[in-house]
Amino acid sequence: MTSQSIAALVESANQLYRDYDFTSVKEWKARTGGLAIGFMPIYVPRELLHAQGCLPVGVMGGGDDLEIIRGDAYYQSYICHIPRSTIELGLGGKLDCLDGMLFPAICDVIRNLSGMWKLEFPGKLSRYLDVPQDFEDDMGGVFYRAELEELSADLARRGARPYDAEALRTSIAVYNRLSALVRELYQLRRDEPWLVPTAELYCLLRAATIWPVEDAILHLETYRDLVRADASRQPMDQARVILAGSFCEQPPLGLIKTLERSGCYIVDDDFVQVHRWLVQPVSTAGDPLDALVSAFLHHAMDSPTRYCGEATKGVELVQRVAAAAAEGVLLCAPSFCDPALLDQPMAVDALEAAGVPWTAFKYAENNGQFQVIREQAGTFADSIKLWSGV
Amino acid sequence: MTPKTRDAATAQKDDSQLRQKEMIAAHYSRLARTHETGERSVYTFVPGNLTELIRNFDLLPVLPEINALQSAMRGKSKEYIAAAEREGHSEDVCTYVKCDVGMKRAGNVGPTGERLPDPDLLLLSYTGCFTFMKWFEILKREYDCPVTMLHVPYQGEGEITKSMRDYVVEQIKKKVIPALEKASGKKYDEDKLKEQLRRSAQAEDDLVAVLESAKHKPSPIDAYFGGVYYIGPIFTAFRGTQDAVDYYRLLRAETEEAVRAGRGPITPSGELKEEKYRLVVEGPPNWTNFRQFWEMFVDEGAVCVASTYTKVGGVYDAGFRHDPDRPLESLAEYCLGCYTNLNLPSRVEMLERYVREYQADGLLINSIKSCNSFSAGQLMILREIEERTGVPGGFVESDLVDPRYFSGANIKNRLESYFQMIEQKRQGVTA
Repeated sequence: MTSQSIAALVESANQLYRDYDFTSVKEWKARTGGLAIGFMPIYVPRELLHAQGCLPVGVMGGGDDLEIIRGDAYYQSYICHIPRSTIELGLGGKLDCLDGMLFPAICDVIRNLSGMWKLEFPGKLSRYLDVPQDFEDDMGGVFYRAELEELSADLARRGARPYDAEALRTSIAVYNRLSALVRELYQLRRDEPWLVPTAELYCLLRAATIWPVEDAILHLETYRDLVRADASRQPMDQARVILAGSFCEQPPLGLIKTLERSGCYIVDDDFVQVHRWLVQPVSTAGDPLDALVSAFLHHAMDSPTRYCGEATKGVELVQRVAAAAAEGVLLCAPSFCDPALLDQPMAVDALEAAGVPWTAFKYAENNGQFQVIREQAGTFADSIKLWSGV
Repeated sequence: MTPKTRDAATAQKDDSQLRQKEMIAAHYSRLARTHETGERSVYTFVPGNLTELIRNFDLLPVLPEINALQSAMRGKSKEYIAAAEREGHSEDVCTYVKCDVGMKRAGNVGPTGERLPDPDLLLLSYTGCFTFMKWFEILKREYDCPVTMLHVPYQGEGEITKSMRDYVVEQIKKKVIPALEKASGKKYDEDKLKEQLRRSAQAEDDLVAVLESAKHKPSPIDAYFGGVYYIGPIFTAFRGTQDAVDYYRLLRAETEEAVRAGRGPITPSGELKEEKYRLVVEGPPNWTNFRQFWEMFVDEGAVCVASTYTKVGGVYDAGFRHDPDRPLESLAEYCLGCYTNLNLPSRVEMLERYVREYQADGLLINSIKSCNSFSAGQLMILREIEERTGVPGGFVESDLVDPRYFSGANIKNRLESYFQMIEQKRQGVTA
């Protein structure tokens, strides 16, 4: 019974995030009259949208479900896949239910897509969300607060509720709960990876970018309780690996399943980082906008999209390996992804210096053939099981 | 058409071109002698460069992008890129970065054949290009020197807001200036900076006059291929110097003389006698086959009358000038205003204005494989300009410094087809 319940929950999440008509979003809008605001990876302050009565909606490309027809006419062959599937969704009317789109500062491709959106959809809110690369409160912090204030004002001009500090405090508390749950699930997967297959967790995390946050919390709690109670989930002799580099364009679900079937337990990853971007709960005391700013400056994840400052690149990945008791790293980046691929040589150097086995491959969100990757990951997992520690 | 035979010895050069070549050679030579002179160097980038501020401390700027393109023009980039890829740098990413890494491995030898100094400071002017950040994260591991980041926000909403300007000014005051003071052992001198900025504005006036001379028919300049020579001094180490003032005065005088005489631009094959096509060009040039690429235009009588690449180091023709009365604010506005820091709608507006004001026959895009800052969105830009202006758009693809991505025959075919398209459009209009 438990297994069936888990399967049903995961399948409903799978169906939801792959519903490119965004039926649930339309239903939410009809029910509440609120604005739905799309956002691209990696991070946007959903608390602010929520506090102003908006539904944040993760738009993370078209995966392997979407046939690209017009999107390819917008991008050269040497540009990654996510912008072309995103524009395909827009041109196909799939995103008409969204009242706006936010394009976080990830890379030049997503940055330029924000301007393309302005030209293509002039009636919609379209904002590039610049985030500071200076992390001092009196410089980057002041700038980021102004960015958030402008975003808030923009939302209000489009019909969202005006900014209200108390409402933001409440929203911060709700999202803190979501983040804590996601961290709990990640910890559970590190401790007992057989309980939390990554393909399942991934579907839930994707759906949690679309569900209203209150629903997302309920579904994740249900999943956590169900997997803990599922005695049929037993450990297997798999290699514990971290999967790094898939923070923007997401891999097809088939790729994640392939990696798990090839003998890997994925015990940490970079998927759907919006839920985990802030690594500590955001303060609910004092000025809530300042709290969001401070959390971004001082308690955000390390990322190839974030300036490393005085830190040494790659060290954080090695620390994650230790924290997850991982035996190896899969560097799994989308083709033509500047942040991931420019970081990769530095990550490799750090892994090699620490004696951590690694292998690397690339993907696109619409890949349909995984045999080569399966063989590569399988060989990698075998080599870890056979030779590590010898 | 029979291909013309040309060699470097026959290339005709203006006095100003020779002058700027001397200036740049002298700068590289000065860099090579720092171990004797004790002068110190700062590595930084062209867009959003703070040359006046760097030189305020008597530091010498080094621009890795310029080193990379110089390596390409000397035929060295292929081996440098290969060296970087052997170290694990992806074939998918910016070839400037890989060329720079490979150049370092080969001894960091500059275009004059002399070794460039290691930096005393890496000044990461993070303006209009995400890769810059990664580039200096990579270089940080190579050199034992401090790194200072100047984050310049993107003009996502098509304007410079007060908070953006204040953010940049605060970083200059609290981070960049102290870092330069530390690297040089000298104190910041605002009076000196004001003088430097006054000279910058003087040179900028003359540069704009040169660029806008292309509104004449025939155009006395080529604002893309020739343009890269014109922008050389002001985009690199010389803005704010008397050398730059003198150079741009000379260049302007030459250009004005060419206008009076009704002369066309000087090209590698000599003066272009017949201007058949006037083009606006978007995107950086290819550097590995620069001359071959230019000659494809010359062979067809095509002149580039305006280009966006010549605005990556500042959009002076849109009215910006460094302002000695607001030194740091002015530097901030300069950084914020560089072409690659403009959003897509602003880029489209600029190109539309160029097509109209320069009475261009078309917009040609040279789409660069390894430069997403420029390239992502160019196909949409092309369609927008065609719709707004009615001129035909052309599209060719190459790379900055990777010769593997320059297919001469393919580009030439496309260009010939494009010029036929312009011709047919003309005939259609006159029929």
